Amino acid sequence: MKQVFSNPVLVKEIKLRFRSPKSFIGILFYLIAMCIFVFGFILLTTQFSGTGYFRPEESFFMFTMLTYIQLGLILFITPGLTAGAISSEREKQTLNILLTTAQTSFQIIFGKLTSSIAFLLLLLIAGLPIYSMVFLFGGVSPGQLGIIFLYFFLTMLAIGSIGIMYSTIIRKTIVSMIATYGTMIFLSAVTGFIYLVITGMNTMVSGSLSSSPVGHFFASINPVVLVLTLVSPGSDTFITDTTKVDFPIWAGYAIFYICITALAIFISVKKLRVNMKRTK
Amino acid sequence: MIEIKGLTKKYGSFYALNDINLTLQEGTVFGFVGANGAGKSTTFSILATLLQPTSGDAFVNGKSVRTDPSDVRKQIGYMPDFFGVYDQLKANEYLDFYGASYGISEVERKVLIPQLLELVNLSHKRYEYVDLLSRGMKQRLCLARSLIHDPKVLILDEPASGLDPRARVEMRDILKQLKGMGKTILISSHILPELAEMCDEIGVIDGGRLIAHGSVTDIQAQLAGERHITVKAKGLLENVATFFEEDPFVSSVELHTEKNSVTFNYRGTEDDQINLLKKAMDHSIKIISFSETETDLEDVFMEITKGAK
Repeated sequence: MKQVFSNPVLVKEIKLRFRSPKSFIGILFYLIAMCIFVFGFILLTTQFSGTGYFRPEESFFMFTMLTYIQLGLILFITPGLTAGAISSEREKQTLNILLTTAQTSFQIIFGKLTSSIAFLLLLLIAGLPIYSMVFLFGGVSPGQLGIIFLYFFLTMLAIGSIGIMYSTIIRKTIVSMIATYGTMIFLSAVTGFIYLVITGMNTMVSGSLSSSPVGHFFASINPVVLVLTLVSPGSDTFITDTTKVDFPIWAGYAIFYICITALAIFISVKKLRVNMKRTK
Repeated sequence: MIEIKGLTKKYGSFYALNDINLTLQEGTVFGFVGANGAGKSTTFSILATLLQPTSGDAFVNGKSVRTDPSDVRKQIGYMPDFFGVYDQLKANEYLDFYGASYGISEVERKVLIPQLLELVNLSHKRYEYVDLLSRGMKQRLCLARSLIHDPKVLILDEPASGLDPRARVEMRDILKQLKGMGKTILISSHILPELAEMCDEIGVIDGGRLIAHGSVTDIQAQLAGERHITVKAKGLLENVATFFEEDPFVSSVELHTEKNSVTFNYRGTEDDQINLLKKAMDHSIKIISFSETETDLEDVFMEITKGAK
């Protein structure tokens, strides 16, 4: 563990990130946006609904909305933080020097990935006090919040790894950014659309719902669907009913994103340095 | 020791390097001379394990860049021709980062960094942001960075490029100090007189081929072949010129009336040259001076590369 935190790239990246005012301004605006949403919602519910109090169901609705806001934050900020990690070093002409040091390719990739993830975690943790407002009014258990944060972490790790992978194999940061955002949009929107098309076609062709493992797979890898099944467990049953596949969405999601993370890190490590042994 | 065996790098049908063979003993300062695109940086990139050769191999203290690249990296200090620095990082932090990257402990780094900054005359800039340093200071800092793990071999690609004369002199002085420390240094430069002054051996590369290799004087002798003699005399210069033209070892006689001198190329031995001078005195030619003009490395380089093309 000590070795992990003494990773020179990680230490340097964190140092540089917090020397820039951009990071603090980013956190400030994120917290302001969260506060406006939470306190605005509470104000609207208590002042204008005529009841004068905040019910657990409303607290749960606020929790659901906050969870989707956090998910959106992860999906949109992670590519921006990771897709330029290696390519920007290449563009700034610092990569060659870094590659001639004694650090292994894994150490460099790991340092880059963890520094980006650490900043995102800081954002999520900074928002926790506001997030925790929901506990004041009931309707949500700390365990539920813990599971959601665990899945947020997995999503960050996977998208971050994809960003680092593109950044390693693509020379230009802008192209790497586009590729990472494209992949993120595919995973968070296109997969949901494919699931809907497959289940719809299934119904039209056979007249009734038949087994659709492909549809279930696309529903399983969609972060929006996952959050839906986590905040309202009944929706898991809906997907099982429409695809006739009885496999938990959370399990499919975890397996897929762990594999994607491992594959992306493996490719990044392999492609960071030239293979000196290869003969043509 | 550095050993390069049949090193070739091809891009499609273009040979960036073509069968380079070179052996350098420990402690040698080797100057790599060549025009832009001749293959100097490609050779250095392969030695720094940044570029895969198409064929051949290079060894640094017995470690192959192909099979033991991580061992090679620990033994070399590499300074590329173009490099960037991290914004918002101070000079001591810059060195600290690279020190940690070589696995040097924090305690050692604290001792080492002030010494390195002292070596490159940047102690006073220790707490300055790296991106705010001048080009010459950045070059020196990069040199200090390449020394942080005390490598046996230094690969310096155009370390003095883009520097003003003062910064160039400072860089040269530091390199002389490093030479004194017994480091094996490979250095490429366009400033040829500087290389001649500093290097034990030079190699001339052109079109991806190593066309000459040896000590500076060897190369000059090998390539010049002839000595360039200048004779300053009193009296009718035409007669002086005619006298020297008659010698079988003399060629390309030229008159310089404004300087009262005659120049020619001489390919005889030193004894022949002594006899020629005696003969001239016997012929009552009033010689004021009889001297051999030094051929500088730039002339040699121009001559070699002209021949190679």
